[in-house]
Amino acid sequence: MVMRYVMSIDQGTTSTRCIVFDQRGRLVSVTQREHRQHFPRPGWVEHDAMEIWRNLERIAPEALRQAGVGLEEIAAIGIANQRETTLLWDRRTGLPLRRAVVWQDTRTNALVDELAARPEAAMVQKRCGLPLATYFSAPRIRWLFDATPGLRERAERGEVLFGTMESWLIWNLTGGPDGGLHLTDVTNASRTLLMDLATLEWDADLLDFFGVPRAMLPQIRPSTETYGVASRVLPGVRIGAALGDQQAALFGQTCFAPGEAKCTYGTGSFLMLNTGTEPVRSSHGLLTTVGYQVGAEPAVYALEGPIAVTGALVQWFRDGLGLINSAAEIETLAKTVDDNGGCYIVPAFAGLFAPHWRSEARGVIVGLTSYITKGHLARAVLEATAWQTREVVDAMNADSGLALRTLKVDGGMTADNLLMQYIADVLDVPVVRPMVAETVSLGAAYAAGLAVGYWPDLEGLRRNWHRAAQWLPVMEPERRAAEYDNWCRAVERSFDWMRPRD
Amino acid sequence: MSNDPREGATLWTVPGPVQSIQRGAAILRLLARSSGRLGVGEIATSLGLPRGTAHGLLRTLQLVGFVEQDDATGKYQLGAALLHLGTSYLDVNELRSRAINWADALAARSCESVKIGTVLDGQVLVVHHVFRPDDSLQTLDVGSLLPMHATALGKVLLAFDSGASATLGAGPLDAFTRRTIVEPRALARALAAIREVGWAAQVEEMTVGEAAVAAPIRGHGGLVVGAMGITGAVERICDAKGQPNTALVTFVRDAARAVSRDLGASRW
Ligand SMILES: Nc1ncnc2c1ncn2[C@@H]1O[C@H](COP(=O)(O)OP(=O)(O)OP(=O)(O)O)[C@@H](O)[C@H]1O
Ligand SMILES: [Mg+2]
Repeated sequence: MVMRYVMSIDQGTTSTRCIVFDQRGRLVSVTQREHRQHFPRPGWVEHDAMEIWRNLERIAPEALRQAGVGLEEIAAIGIANQRETTLLWDRRTGLPLRRAVVWQDTRTNALVDELAARPEAAMVQKRCGLPLATYFSAPRIRWLFDATPGLRERAERGEVLFGTMESWLIWNLTGGPDGGLHLTDVTNASRTLLMDLATLEWDADLLDFFGVPRAMLPQIRPSTETYGVASRVLPGVRIGAALGDQQAALFGQTCFAPGEAKCTYGTGSFLMLNTGTEPVRSSHGLLTTVGYQVGAEPAVYALEGPIAVTGALVQWFRDGLGLINSAAEIETLAKTVDDNGGCYIVPAFAGLFAPHWRSEARGVIVGLTSYITKGHLARAVLEATAWQTREVVDAMNADSGLALRTLKVDGGMTADNLLMQYIADVLDVPVVRPMVAETVSLGAAYAAGLAVGYWPDLEGLRRNWHRAAQWLPVMEPERRAAEYDNWCRAVERSFDWMRPRD
Repeated sequence: MSNDPREGATLWTVPGPVQSIQRGAAILRLLARSSGRLGVGEIATSLGLPRGTAHGLLRTLQLVGFVEQDDATGKYQLGAALLHLGTSYLDVNELRSRAINWADALAARSCESVKIGTVLDGQVLVVHHVFRPDDSLQTLDVGSLLPMHATALGKVLLAFDSGASATLGAGPLDAFTRRTIVEPRALARALAAIREVGWAAQVEEMTVGEAAVAAPIRGHGGLVVGAMGITGAVERICDAKGQPNTALVTFVRDAARAVSRDLGASRW
C-alpha cells in the first residue's frame, strides 16, 4: 500500500478547511466550509460545535474526492485549531451542553477582575506563562459552572468533558460516545491557564484556583504522536498530530531554530518566536507558550504576540459597514487614495491584546475631517494591521535583545499586496511569504507526517520551504516615525473607555 | 475540440429562443420596475411560473450577482453586479485572493515563476506573481504592464476576449525580438489556434532566452476573467524541438482549471 498523501484539518474561527498535501508539501486539493458566528450579546461570541463537526463530515470526504485519492492513500491526519475556544459536552450522549465560547468572547471580564484581586493570582503567570485575561479558557469553564446549577458536580463525576476544538474533533473522529479518545496536545493545553509550563501537566494549584475538576480534562499529549485511528469520517486513517493554529503555522514555516519567527495574518494576527527548549519570560507584554513537542523530545517554547483584530476589521468593514463586497476589495478601495488622509482606526473591539493587555479599551476612529472618504478609511483599516504588527515586533525585539531581520508571513491577508508592502515599510525589514499561504494547514500536515514516518525529520521539511514573494521597505524614515507617533496617540485614545461596572 | 462557442457558428442551424433566459430577463425587468423587494411567491404569480421554477431561476441569478436576497426578509432585488456590467466583474484583488493557493501549487510543481494577468487598457496587468521556487533573488512584478501580443498571458486574454483584441488596431505591432508576432493576420491565426487548444505559448517572442505557457481562468458561465501561466528559461520550458514541454502545459491548464472551478465555472 502506497501512502502518498497527508491530510490536514484546520478548524478555524470562521471556517473549517481540509487540505490534501503531497510529499513535497504541495497542495493537491482543498475544501472549506464556514460556520455561523453567534453574537447573542455585546462581547459574546459563540460557535455551534455540532455544526462544525457536521462541516468536517462533509468537507473531509470531499477533499479526497477532489484529489481523486482513496482513504488508504492517506498516511495520517493532522489537526490545527482555533485556540482557547471552550466547549463542554456530555460524555454519554456526545452532545455539547451549549454553544462553544469563542476566544474573542469577553463575558468573563468581571470574573477575571475578581480572580485577579485574589492573593494567589500572582502564581498564575509564573506557573503557566500567561497573564490572567479573558482570552484564555479556564475563566470560561468557571463562568459556565457559575451560570449552570449542578454542572460542576456533573463535571466532578466525569459526566461532562472539557475540550478545545482539537479535543472535540479527535473525540468524535475516534468514536465519540463509543470509545472516543479524550485528549489534547501541549500547545493547546498551554493556552488554558491550567497547565504548568515546566512539567507540561495539569497543575493542581491552577485547577484549585479556577475551580476546575481534573475529571473533565483531556489527557495532555505531545503535538506529534499517533494518538489513534479514526473510526468515523476517515475510517482507518491515523491521527498523527494536533496543534493550536498559530503553533501549526510556526511549524509550517519551519521555524525550528531558536530566533526564527513568523506572523500569521487571519481573523487576528499572531507573531511567534521560537525560543528553544527553555521558556523565556516576557517583560514587554508577550506570552510564553509551547511552540510544539515532537514525540518524546523536549518541548520547544515560543514567545507570542497575539493581536485580536486584524482580518476581523476587514470583515467588519464588509459585513458591519457594507462598504465592500469581499475582503479583497479593501485593497481596491484603499488604492483609490494615496494615503490615510490623517485618519487612524484602532480596532480594540474586545480590548487590546499584546503588548497592551487593556481589556477596557474599545475601538476608535480618530482624525476624522470632512476630507475623509471611504478610501481613506480602507487605508486606515489596512494600516491598523501593520502598526499593530509593529507594536508586537518592538516588544519581541525588546524581550529577545535581538532585532528582527526579516518577517515571515502567512495567512489569508498575505494576498493583500498593499498591506504586505505597508508592513515592510513600517517595520523597515523585508517581508517574505512562503510558497504555501495556508501555512497553518501545512504545519498540521507536517507534524502528522512526521509522526508516522511519512517525512523523516525536520531538516527534510525545511528543504520544502521556498520564498513565493518578498516585499522590501521603501518608506522614508521621517514619514515612518511621524506615522508611528500618530498611531501611538490614537491607541492611547482607545484606553479607559469601559467603566468598571459597580 | 473548440472551446469557443463562437467558432463554427455558421455551421449551426439558428436555434429558437431559450425559455429560461426569457424568463430570467422577465424577472430582472419585474425587479427593476418594482419599488421595493419582491418575494419568490410574488414573482412566481406575476410571471405565471410555478414557484419552484421561479426559485431555481432566482437562485441562478443570485449566483451570478444579478439579483440579491435580503437576509432578514428573504426577498429579492436587483444585484449590484448589474450596475457595472460593462466594467470588470471580478475585482483583481479578489482574483488574486481566490487564485493564490493554486498559483503557489503551480509554481511548486513546475519549478517556474507564476503570473496571473488581466486586461487593462489594451495591456496585460500583472495582478499576481509567485517567485520561481529556487530562493534566488527575484522582484515582485505585481502591478506591471506587459504587451498583449508578445506574452502567453496576453495571447490567452486576446484569444478569449474579442473586445481586447479590438484594442490592438490594424497596423503592425511592436517587435521585441525577431520572433515577436507583428503581423495582425499572423496574430489572428495564432489566436485561432489558441482557442482551438485552450492554451497559449510564447517562445522568445518577448525576451531572447525566455518562454512561457498560459491558460485562461474562467468565471461563471465560462467568461474568461484572467490568464495564469509560467515563465522561464526557454531550455526548461521547451523540449528539444522547441515545443513547450507537455507536462508543464498540463500543470498550467490544471491549475487554471482549479481556479476556474473555485470561481464557479462548472464546465472547466
Ligand atoms: N485581500 C485581503 N485583504 C485584506 N484582508 C483580507 C484579504 N483576504 C482575506 N482577508 C482577511 O483575512 C481573513 C481570512 O484569512 P484566513 O483565512 O487566513 O483567516 P483565518 O484566521 O485562518 O480564519 P479562521 O479564523 O477561520 O482561522 C479574514 O478576516 C479576511 O477579512
Ligand atoms: Mg486560521
